[in-house]
Amino acid sequence: MKTKGNFMGIPGPAWLGVALVAAALLVLPYVAGMAGTAWVRILNFAILYVFLALGLNIVVGFAGLLDLGYIAFYAVGAYLYALLASPHFDIHWPFWAILPLGAALACVFGVLLGAPTLKLRGDYLAIVTLGFGEIIRIFLNNLNAPINVTNGAQGITLIDPLSVGEFKFSTTSTLFGLTITGPQKYYYFLVVVAVLVVILNLRLQNSRIGRAWEAIREDETAARAIGINTRNVKLLAFAMGASFGGIAGGMFSAMQGFVSPESFSLLESIMVLSMVVLGGMGHIPGVILGAVLLTFLPEVLRYGVEPAQRFLFGRSVIDPESLRMLIFGLALVLVMRFRPAGLWPSRLRKRELTTEVTP
Amino acid sequence: MSDFLLETRSISKRFGGVQALADVSFGIRRGEIFGLIGPNGAGKTSLFNVLTGLYVPDSGEVIFDGQSLKGLKPNEVAERGIARTFQNLRLFGNLSALENVMIGRHVRTHAGVFGAIFRNRATLEEEEAIERRAHELLKYVGIERRANTLAKNLSYGDQRRLEIARALATDPKLLALDEPAAGMNATETAALRGLMEAIRSDGITILLIEHDVKLVMGLCDRVAVLDYGQKIAEDTPDKVQRDPKVIEAYLGGAIA
Repeated sequence: MKTKGNFMGIPGPAWLGVALVAAALLVLPYVAGMAGTAWVRILNFAILYVFLALGLNIVVGFAGLLDLGYIAFYAVGAYLYALLASPHFDIHWPFWAILPLGAALACVFGVLLGAPTLKLRGDYLAIVTLGFGEIIRIFLNNLNAPINVTNGAQGITLIDPLSVGEFKFSTTSTLFGLTITGPQKYYYFLVVVAVLVVILNLRLQNSRIGRAWEAIREDETAARAIGINTRNVKLLAFAMGASFGGIAGGMFSAMQGFVSPESFSLLESIMVLSMVVLGGMGHIPGVILGAVLLTFLPEVLRYGVEPAQRFLFGRSVIDPESLRMLIFGLALVLVMRFRPAGLWPSRLRKRELTTEVTP
Repeated sequence: MSDFLLETRSISKRFGGVQALADVSFGIRRGEIFGLIGPNGAGKTSLFNVLTGLYVPDSGEVIFDGQSLKGLKPNEVAERGIARTFQNLRLFGNLSALENVMIGRHVRTHAGVFGAIFRNRATLEEEEAIERRAHELLKYVGIERRANTLAKNLSYGDQRRLEIARALATDPKLLALDEPAAGMNATETAALRGLMEAIRSDGITILLIEHDVKLVMGLCDRVAVLDYGQKIAEDTPDKVQRDPKVIEAYLGGAIA
C-alpha cells in the first residue's frame, strides 16, 4: 500500500506535481527578490517557521501533548550556535558541527521537560511547559553574571554566517554568471533542509513510532492497555520535536548574526502553536501551510495596510501597526470559527470517501 | 497448579469506604472460557483493572503463566500476554480500523526512530508484516471491508469487533473481554459468540465479564460469581446456576 509500484510513497503521476513544486521553489527567491530583499528574508523565516511548526506538530499534533514552551528549544539551538560561532568566546566552529549538536542539546532539553510532565495532561501540561519556556528565556536574560555566558539582554552579536570554505552565505556573489544574494543562498540551503525535514516527518508519522504517538493522543489508557510504553513514547515525542526546534534555532542564529532573549518570548511559542492548529493539527501539509501563511500574513499586512488606507481614504485613518494586528487576529478567529479542524485537516477524512477493498 | 494460566490470590482493593474487592481468589485454566459475573457494582471491572495492571491491589497478587504480575505497569502486563477490551470501548477514534489493529502490533514489533527514518530492509519487512497481520485480523473478526473507515464512524457492533481485533493483535495468551455483548442485539450476540469460540479454538484463553447470563451460561466452561466484592461461587455453569447463594445474590428466580 505504501511502497509498492512507486517511489518513496509518491505514486507516478504525482512526480509531475513534485517537479512543478520543485521548479517553483527554485525560482521563488528571484521572484521574491524582485519585490525586494526583505521578501527573500521573509521567505527564509517562513521556512524556519515550517521547521518549528513541524517539530511542535510532533508533540501537539501527533502525540496530543499541549506544549506552550516550545520556543525554548529554538532558543537552545540558537544560543548554542551563537556561543560556538562568534567572537563572544572566540570559538568558531563550523556550522555542520554545531547544527547537529544543537539538535542533540535541544533533544536533551526536550527530555528534561518531558520527564517531569509525563503524568500531566491538557491544561496542566500546558502550564508547566509555559513555565519551562519562560525559565529558559529568563535564564538567557540573566546568565551574564557571575560568568558572562549569554551576555544577558544585549544578546550575542557578530555570529558567524554559514560558510563552506571560502563560500560565505552572508554575502552576494556571482555563480555561473548569476548574481545570488546572501538571503537567496540561505533560502536554497533552507529549502534543502526543509525537504529533508518534511520527508523525516512523513516517515516518522507512517511508522510504528508515529502510530504509537497517535494512539496516545487518541486514548492514553487504551494505548497502555495494548502494551505501548507511554512514558518512553512520550519522551521520544518531546525529544524529536525539540530537536527540530534546535536545528531551526541554529539556522536562525547564523542567518541573523545576532540573538537576544527577546526573540524567544511566549508570543513566539503561541505563534508556532497557532501555525500548527490553524494549518491542521497532525497533518504535515496543513502544518506547512499554516506556518507559511502565518509568516506571510503579518508581513503582507505590514506592507499593504498603509497603502490600502491611502488608496481608500486618501490618508492613514488607523495606526497601521494596530490595524495590522487587528486584521491578523480577526483572520485567526474566522479561520477557527469556520474551519475548526484547521485549513487543511488530516488525510483520514478524505480516506473515508475512497474506501479501498483489499482482497 | 501449572494448568492455571492465571490465578488470583486473595486480591483486595478498597476505594475510600468501599471495599471493591475482598480476598478474591480464583484460577483460569489454559484454553477455557472463564466467565465472571455478578450484579452491577459487584467489583467485576475493578478486578479486571487489577488483572491488567491499571489498579494496584491493596493486598494479594496475580500469577500469570507462572509469574507474579506484582508491580507491573499495564503495558508490561500486555507484554506478558494479557490483552483486554473495555466496557465503554476505547478505540483510537480518529484513526482507521486498520491503523487501530496495526497499533495493536506495537508490543510485538521493534522498529524505532532510526528504522522509521531510514526505512531499512528490516523495518520495511516489519511494516509489511504488521499491515498483513492487521488485515488478517480484521478479516478474522469480520470487518475487513471497513479497514479504511475511521474507528469512530464504525457501527457499534463493528467497534466491539475492532476492539477485539486490536487486542488479538498483541498475540495474547489471555483475552479479557469486559462486557463485549453490551448493547448488541440477538444476531450480533450470536456472531460474537461464534467469534469467541473461534478464538478459543485457536488456543487463546478467554476471560469474559458479561451481563448476558444466557451467553455466559451457554459459552463458558467455568464461571465465578462476584457479589459485593466477594467471590461467592466458582464452578461449571450448571452447578453455579443451582448454587443457592448465587440464586439469592444475583440470579433471583430468573434462571432457577
